[in-house]
Amino acid sequence: MNLSLERNGRVLTVQIAGELDLSTSPTFRNRIEAELGQNQEIQHLIFDFKETSFIDSSGLGAILGRYKSIAQRNGKISAVNVPPHLQRLFELSGLLKVMTIHPSLEEAQK
Amino acid sequence: MKENYLKISFPSLPENVSLSRVIVAAFAAQLDFTLNELEEIRVATSEAVSNCVIHAYREHSGEIQLELKIENGTLSIKVSDEGCGIQDLDLAKTPAYSTAPERMGLGLVFMESFMDEMTIESQPNQGTQVLMIKKPERSKNSNGDQP
Repeated sequence: MNLSLERNGRVLTVQIAGELDLSTSPTFRNRIEAELGQNQEIQHLIFDFKETSFIDSSGLGAILGRYKSIAQRNGKISAVNVPPHLQRLFELSGLLKVMTIHPSLEEAQK
Repeated sequence: MKENYLKISFPSLPENVSLSRVIVAAFAAQLDFTLNELEEIRVATSEAVSNCVIHAYREHSGEIQLELKIENGTLSIKVSDEGCGIQDLDLAKTPAYSTAPERMGLGLVFMESFMDEMTIESQPNQGTQVLMIKKPERSKNSNGDQP
């Protein structure tokens, strides 16, 4: 998995390339938590799944964990470029109760 | 369709979860599964093997056995460990229940949802066996007749 983090004011966009599972979720957690710790003003996490090839419940748990972090500062999480097989996992897991899917990155950033 | 099988064992390392997905997907592709079904098989495999790493061998590493079989046009996946076992199987099957932090408790739910059949046998301190079975929808629709 390769992560690309880009901060723009209160928004942190995270591009996830590759597989988010048991092996890679600690890196995912640590990179984002470090960024959140260094930038207290971040209140919106946008996950870009364009290059994400696989997610299982370990990965979903890592995403939910980041929601809990950002929710503590009254922030929110969004998702863009969600392929159909990931959308189904998000629906089954209940993650869409806390994560909004937007049609584009530009829409998510509004 | 010819019958086929594969048996491998590997240590309970997180890195081997990805490896097991690749192996199972390649094996399953011998049957007429759609890409969506193969994705479901990959998720179910990932959950079963992850459970061995996270729960069965949480205190010390151990060995995971993966047994794959194609029989009568049906794929079966057996994931076995000799770890701590499941204390309360009914509780473990409860959606959103997990004994581990930052876990969604959805592993067994996904395995049941994405496979045709899923059975678990477990004895405390002796290990757990998960058996998952799936047949391609396309072959079900044609009553098992392969083109």
